[in-house]
Amino acid sequence: MKLAIKRIAFLVVVLGIWQLIYSIGIFENIVFPSPSKVANALYTGFADGDFVKALGASFRHLFMGLFLAILFGTTIGVLLGKSRQADETAGMYLIALQSIPSIVWVPLAIMLFGFSEFAVVFVVVLGGTFVMALNVRIAIHSVPPQLIRAARTMGTNGIPLFFRIEVPSSIPYFMTGIRLAWAFSWRALMAGELLSNGPGLGYSLRYAQDYARMDQVIAIIIIIGVIGAVVDQLVFSKLEKNVMRRWGLLKT
Amino acid sequence: MFLAVDNLGKSFSDQDDESFEVFSEIDLNIEENQFVSLLGPSGCGKSTLLSMVAGLESISKGSIKLEGEEIKKAGPDRGMVFQSPSLFPWLNVKENVLFPLKGHWSKQEASERADRFLKMVHLSRFKNHYTHELSGGMQQRVAIARALAMDPKVLLMDEPFGALDEQTRHILHEELMKIWQETQKTILFVTHSIQEAIKLSDRVVVMGTRPGRIIADFTIDLPRPRKREDEEVIALERKVMDLLEGEINKVLKEELSHEVSY
Ligand SMILES: Nc1ncnc2c1ncn2[C@@H]1O[C@H](COP(=O)(O)OP(=O)(O)OP(=O)(O)O)[C@@H](O)[C@H]1O
Ligand SMILES: [Mg+2]
Repeated sequence: MKLAIKRIAFLVVVLGIWQLIYSIGIFENIVFPSPSKVANALYTGFADGDFVKALGASFRHLFMGLFLAILFGTTIGVLLGKSRQADETAGMYLIALQSIPSIVWVPLAIMLFGFSEFAVVFVVVLGGTFVMALNVRIAIHSVPPQLIRAARTMGTNGIPLFFRIEVPSSIPYFMTGIRLAWAFSWRALMAGELLSNGPGLGYSLRYAQDYARMDQVIAIIIIIGVIGAVVDQLVFSKLEKNVMRRWGLLKT
Repeated sequence: MFLAVDNLGKSFSDQDDESFEVFSEIDLNIEENQFVSLLGPSGCGKSTLLSMVAGLESISKGSIKLEGEEIKKAGPDRGMVFQSPSLFPWLNVKENVLFPLKGHWSKQEASERADRFLKMVHLSRFKNHYTHELSGGMQQRVAIARALAMDPKVLLMDEPFGALDEQTRHILHEELMKIWQETQKTILFVTHSIQEAIKLSDRVVVMGTRPGRIIADFTIDLPRPRKREDEEVIALERKVMDLLEGEINKVLKEELSHEVSY
């Protein structure tokens, strides 16, 4: 409870400083709207459905992209994790690909698929796949050999060994992979949408910029930040922690 | 012979493809229901030998036969208990014991078996706990129950109580003796402790090192439970100790001379 009060107090202070700077008039009003103006933009955005529609489109892109990223990432990760050959050949490139910021893929996606929603999904997929693959690969490598030996003495081999030992044993790392894939995909989504022809939250952001609506720009940034934090905290981090605790990897 | 190790040899090859021979010409015959301990200085190949019987390590030379059948790979007819309990953390205690039973027993039979063996190691109360909620000694008991539940012909134990405190070890010794008498299993037991070996076994096999080989084989006819103060126990301890000290000194000397020459 005390923590909540501290956090709210902090927010109030930030808003106070913001209001103060606005009142003193250091910046022009058009580039520096007041907190209430931004709140108003948030309210009208949701009230007349613009933000809701944009959010709906964004989540559609995100879920399609994330789903495919997890699918492809898991496939690649399992392949690299299981086959030494594949890992030695391609593992290095995966790290290189993973380090490419997803906005870099946007021009490529636009040239390939035009200003379509598919181009956005494509960027999201690329954003999430590599980090997912990397984590699944680590997940497979991190299966304790001792558990595999123990299972083998119980007559478990081959495909049953994979599904009964390697898969469950890798689930904590797999969850980390999903959380990171979500985080990367979310960023990729915004990069993709910013340069797309809509609909989507990123597109709305650029649209607001084109019409010099700083209040809407800030409102949308706030939405993006809040969704990012809330989904991470309420869904993925929680899920990951629960799995870790259940697997005995976390001291309670 | 029930378990026959015949002229067994093991070599590992390192990165430069140079082979390193752990032991060769190991002969060991074990009768059914026998409790045999394997003692020896560190590095003489006890774990390697046990892993070969389990089928986890390949055989370089010679053969191992269980009831006349040559051992080629791991299988549920040989249960193994490792120094670390090696339980599956995503399964609870009972599910761990059920693990090897899946597909071999019907659901109900499997469940009854699991319950029976958990009772045998006095862990019925904890069957729904996760393994990380148990103490080290309890985890090792689960591992023993799990190995026994699949009804192996041989139970292989590699320093199963090595990481436990004296008190717990003592309790588990008595439990193991009871289980052994109840289930009539053949047990091959690796340990560092001379006392443990003498207290538990029908036979104590002493291994030497460089090259790894069997240097002595004592049959112990003393009635159980055995007391540490017993004269015969003390005399035997002495004998084994002298043998082992000789081996260990040999290793130390060799290592020391290596250090000096470098
Ligand atoms: N996978 C391996 N590759 C190469 N050498 C190995 C391997 N496993 C064991 N060795 C070597 O074989 C020898 C015997 O090892 P092993 O673990 O069987 O000894 P041990 O008698 O069980 O020793 P301890 O009492 O310390 O457990 C050691 O010198 C070890 O370095
Ligand atoms: Mg060993």
